[in-house]
Amino acid sequence: MTGPYGREQRPVLDVVDLVKTYGEGETAVHALAGVSLTVAPGDYVAIMGSSGSGKSTLMNIVGCLDVPTSGTYRLDGVDVSELNESQLALVRNRRIGFVFQSFNLIARTSALANVELPLAYAGIKPAVRRERALAALDMVGLANRADHDPNQLSGGQQQRVAVARALVSEPALLLADEPTGNLDSRSTADVLSILDGLNAQGRTIVLITHEDEVAAHAHRTIRLVDGLVVSDVRRRDITPVGVPA
Amino acid sequence: MSFFEIFGFALRGVAANKLRSGLTVLGILIGVAAVILLVAVGNGSAKQVEDSLAALGTNTLTVQGGRGGDTGYRTDLTLDIVKALQDRESAPDVKSVSPVVNSAQTLTFGDASYDVNSVIGTYPSYFGASNSVIASGSGFTEEDVDQAARVVVLGPTTAEELFGTTVDPVGQRIGIAGQIYSVIGVLAKKGSTGFNDPDDVAIAPLPAVQRSLTGYGPVSSITIEAVNADAVAAAKAEITAILNAKMHVADGASSTPYQVRDASQLLETRTATAETFTVLLGAVAGISLVVGGIGITNIMMVSVTERTREIGIRKALGAPRRVILTQFLIEATLLSLAGGGLGVAAALIGANFEIVGIKPVVMPDSVALALGVCVAIGLFFGSYPASRAAGLRPIDALRYE
Repeated sequence: MTGPYGREQRPVLDVVDLVKTYGEGETAVHALAGVSLTVAPGDYVAIMGSSGSGKSTLMNIVGCLDVPTSGTYRLDGVDVSELNESQLALVRNRRIGFVFQSFNLIARTSALANVELPLAYAGIKPAVRRERALAALDMVGLANRADHDPNQLSGGQQQRVAVARALVSEPALLLADEPTGNLDSRSTADVLSILDGLNAQGRTIVLITHEDEVAAHAHRTIRLVDGLVVSDVRRRDITPVGVPA
Repeated sequence: MSFFEIFGFALRGVAANKLRSGLTVLGILIGVAAVILLVAVGNGSAKQVEDSLAALGTNTLTVQGGRGGDTGYRTDLTLDIVKALQDRESAPDVKSVSPVVNSAQTLTFGDASYDVNSVIGTYPSYFGASNSVIASGSGFTEEDVDQAARVVVLGPTTAEELFGTTVDPVGQRIGIAGQIYSVIGVLAKKGSTGFNDPDDVAIAPLPAVQRSLTGYGPVSSITIEAVNADAVAAAKAEITAILNAKMHVADGASSTPYQVRDASQLLETRTATAETFTVLLGAVAGISLVVGGIGITNIMMVSVTERTREIGIRKALGAPRRVILTQFLIEATLLSLAGGGLGVAAALIGANFEIVGIKPVVMPDSVALALGVCVAIGLFFGSYPASRAAGLRPIDALRYE
């Protein structure tokens, strides 16, 4: 499955018939009612849907933050449902970078320390860690704000720190749950251009949004309604890196 | 990731919210200090009662010769018996043995004369046994006893009656029944305990009094000091055994030719008081510990629960459960130990001051107990909510409000 240069040709994401049910019996809510989805390496996918369509639930399961009620989920060819707690921690740390709508930076901790955190949990030595975290901050244009605490940064800057934190561990998959939901238009443009740049470098990105302008940055748009995929449209003009045409 | 790095995380966690950490430390500090100080105050007041009882001579026994219980042998209290009572082997609970001879005499100084209640001839150990403290000058020594030196220590009443308030009695020569004695010391006031004024005495070495006043007959009584208040009963039993042997009293004889008196009444009071204090102390310390423990529990639970979201973020970034647990356990340890240590320090400083007229006496047991319980509670309730949060799915921890 692995190509001569280490480029993995198998799907990064392979979701089959995913169901997530909250509650039991009469009051049960089917957040996901059987979603199947594959994402190839280097793809740039936007998942759209109204509130309650199950897009966040899907994202949380894909990000290994939540577990499905039924269905299989392979990440990089590995069946995640068979992993134990510590293996899951490893997957979250090495394979997935997650960007939240509400940034979720750790308060009273400098931007640099926030970005270093995934590397620290990966057991990387402090000197190397610092270098890589600074490089990631530089990539999002915030190298000069490394010592600032989150509350000293604007929303856009905080989200860029969060993006730096998500990509610092070189994950196979970058997930962004409404990354621009809390941002003004200028910050939105900043964050999206960073994501575009990352995708151009070959990084696989899946983002959730309900704004068409945001979705327009992606190469492929999936719409969810009531926990089901209703449309899956690929833009004609772009052939993503690593995806067979 | 190494323990050292997790330790760094924990330090940053503690330093990140100084107010919260400060309040946690303060809560533990107050809990620990309150328990130690309360116990110290109770202990101090128990000690005060004990001291005031000790001043009355709870450690002493008095042997008096008497009539009756005739054994056909000589039953006087002789110096031979005194020697037997001084034997450490057969009377280990006896601290000192002081033979006492008594006689009422007239003291003279210049033109003044005074009829003293009793002139006591005894050994130097009598001062300790009778709680007689030398206020000025000195007491007499074993050497004075060996040499039958004519020196005398006056009670404060006697000294005042004879010398008035202007003349320093120490170094003066007085006459006792026509014999010249040098005054070498004056006792501190004891205060009257009833009809007898214990301050109206003159105390001199036994041989001197015997030679000049009473003759070398048997002594009138023997004052015995037990090693401590709790050993009085044992000392009494030992004395009784020795006296029975010396005076050939048959086992189970209905009466004895001597009487041993102790301050058993006072001892009972002392014991009862001490018990009441022990119970009260236990109750107060227990309540303080429970209240302090609840306070610590509350603040620890709140401060960790508040960070459930942070735990969720850390998990989403791939923090293994073990690392999160270790971090919070170290944080709880740091806060508990800092609070406990400062609490002990505060209690030790506070114990230097009088509290409601009582000088607190710190009990090492209470320090260990308070510190142990508070730190254990801090550790448990600091790490238990963290462990619960670390066990949640990241999404549940992240959604936690």
